[in-house]
Amino acid sequence: MIVYALVARQTFRRYVTYRGAMLGGMAANTVFGGIKAFIVTAIWRHKTVIGGYDLRDVLTYTFVAQALIGPMSILTNNLDIPARIRSGDIGTDLFRPVDFQGYWLAQDFGRAGFAILGRSLVPFVAGALLFRVRVPTDPRVWAAFAGALALGMLVSFALRYLAAMSAFWLLDEKGVTGFMNMLTMFFGGLTVPLVLFPGWLGDVARALPWASVILVPVNVFLGKLSGAGLAGAYAFEAAWAAALLALGRLVTTRARRRAVVQGG
Amino acid sequence: MLIEAENLSKTYTLRKKTGRLKRERATVEAVRELNLSVAEGELLGYIGPNGAGKSTSIKMFTGILSPSGGTLRVAGLEPIRERKQLARRIGVVFGQRTTLWWDLPLRDSFALLHRMYAIPDARYAENLKRYVELLGLAELLDTPVRQLSLGQRMRGDLTAALLHDPSILYLDEPTIGLDVTSKMVVREFLAELNRERGTTIVLTTHDLDDIERLCRRVVVIDHGTVAYDGELSALRNRIAADRTLVVDLARPGPAVTVPGATVTRVDGPRQWLAFPAEANAAELISAVASRYELVDVSIREADIEDVVRELYSS
Ligand SMILES: Nc1ncnc2c1ncn2[C@@H]1O[C@H](COP(=O)(O)OP(=O)(O)OP(=O)(O)O)[C@@H](O)[C@H]1O
Ligand SMILES: [Mg+2]
Repeated sequence: MIVYALVARQTFRRYVTYRGAMLGGMAANTVFGGIKAFIVTAIWRHKTVIGGYDLRDVLTYTFVAQALIGPMSILTNNLDIPARIRSGDIGTDLFRPVDFQGYWLAQDFGRAGFAILGRSLVPFVAGALLFRVRVPTDPRVWAAFAGALALGMLVSFALRYLAAMSAFWLLDEKGVTGFMNMLTMFFGGLTVPLVLFPGWLGDVARALPWASVILVPVNVFLGKLSGAGLAGAYAFEAAWAAALLALGRLVTTRARRRAVVQGG
Repeated sequence: MLIEAENLSKTYTLRKKTGRLKRERATVEAVRELNLSVAEGELLGYIGPNGAGKSTSIKMFTGILSPSGGTLRVAGLEPIRERKQLARRIGVVFGQRTTLWWDLPLRDSFALLHRMYAIPDARYAENLKRYVELLGLAELLDTPVRQLSLGQRMRGDLTAALLHDPSILYLDEPTIGLDVTSKMVVREFLAELNRERGTTIVLTTHDLDDIERLCRRVVVIDHGTVAYDGELSALRNRIAADRTLVVDLARPGPAVTVPGATVTRVDGPRQWLAFPAEANAAELISAVASRYELVDVSIREADIEDVVRELYSS
């Protein structure tokens, strides 16, 4: 286990070295958060509650979602697997005595950890200062939120890992990773909050793995889930994470049998 | 036997675009029916022309590429299936690319390997000290890998491959692009590693000096299969390559004609004459001198490169 923690830490440090790259993303997340806040304010003007959310809830949703773009890597795949397959560097990853999927998961957590500090705080704090956003005061809510976030990050990784691994079969995996990002943006509820999805579409979206990426953590953040509700939400996220990670392992085994390590 | 390959084969499948939508499958037999066994403690020269299948077979030996046919055991393990156990037993250096983390200082890369390979602390400290000293890395430990020169990086890569005391070290062109001094450092280091620690080394290189200085046994791969396997000295005897007489004539002219020699190259007044290794050079020189106006002569002995060139072309 130590080695995975160390890998995560080294990745974190690598991102610190290249911290300049994150400024653009942070600025965009903040500005778009403001724009979306105006839109939802307009939508909520005639109604007080939509899908169980009042205006303060949806404003909170909006800024937490903007803050999660970085850590959950919603807009980009962010895994170097395809690039390393093309350059042949994947060979190095394969002859290390570590679990391949675990190695990439550790790196992704290091990256996400950096993103939380570097990309999440500013959009959220800006939103909280300019709009009426709920900020939990109960430390137990923050702790529960951290748990939902960690599980959501597992689901997000598992999905992006599957997309990235397609590069073992395809010369250009951009179509697959792009499609996956689009699914995450839509079903994760980044473009339109999930609570605005009508009837059956909302039901489907809430059952899909992408609900773990924004909706579940936000509901925990808003204090809507506690006790049995919280346990159920955790179980939902954990079940998707386990299923998708298991699928990832299967794909890894198959990829290793047909992997062509380039170069030499 | 540390490495045992029987009828080992690898076929790459390529999909070529032939039309707008049409794709054609083509196959490349990179390695075919390769048989090789390497015993513990050997320092093996693994050579062959470009595209012979050296890198492909090394990738199979290290467990990162799965064979399409034949059987392979390395250190008693089946490389693809028992990849993680095998990883602890082998070290790999690819001259073309680094196995280190590009953005990390050498020290941090090594620390990561310490944990990855679960090297006992005392062992790690001792090995690190030893290799840093032998390879002169002390001043470079805090430099990120991307800022190292090629030769410095290669020494870092060698250390990284050896910290966990592998029983087999694979080197795919470790001296590529190195200057004379760095090459010498690396060669001496490898010789000592093999001698003192008994590490088995499989060395691929296009620099035949490496082979001459280091290896007793050479395996020549050509078209994916073993073209020669034996002692270097026997290889030299087997192909009695010609010696070359280089003559500078007073004036440029057509290729000279002398019995017992054939002209292989003409460049202005300078001509290259190949003659059998056992023939008398003095007689040949006087034969040339009696027919042409001679300014200068020199003789080049057949070296390992000629031997190998001969072998590759046959
Ligand atoms: N990823 C790949 N896909 C398709 N064909 C490949 C691939 N890698 C290598 N080949 C082919 O397999 C053959 C053997 O290549 P390999 O890299 O093993 O040669 P090598 O002996 O290492 O050559 P060199 O001395 O140039 O490094 C070549 O014909 C090469 O074109
Ligand atoms: Mg090669």
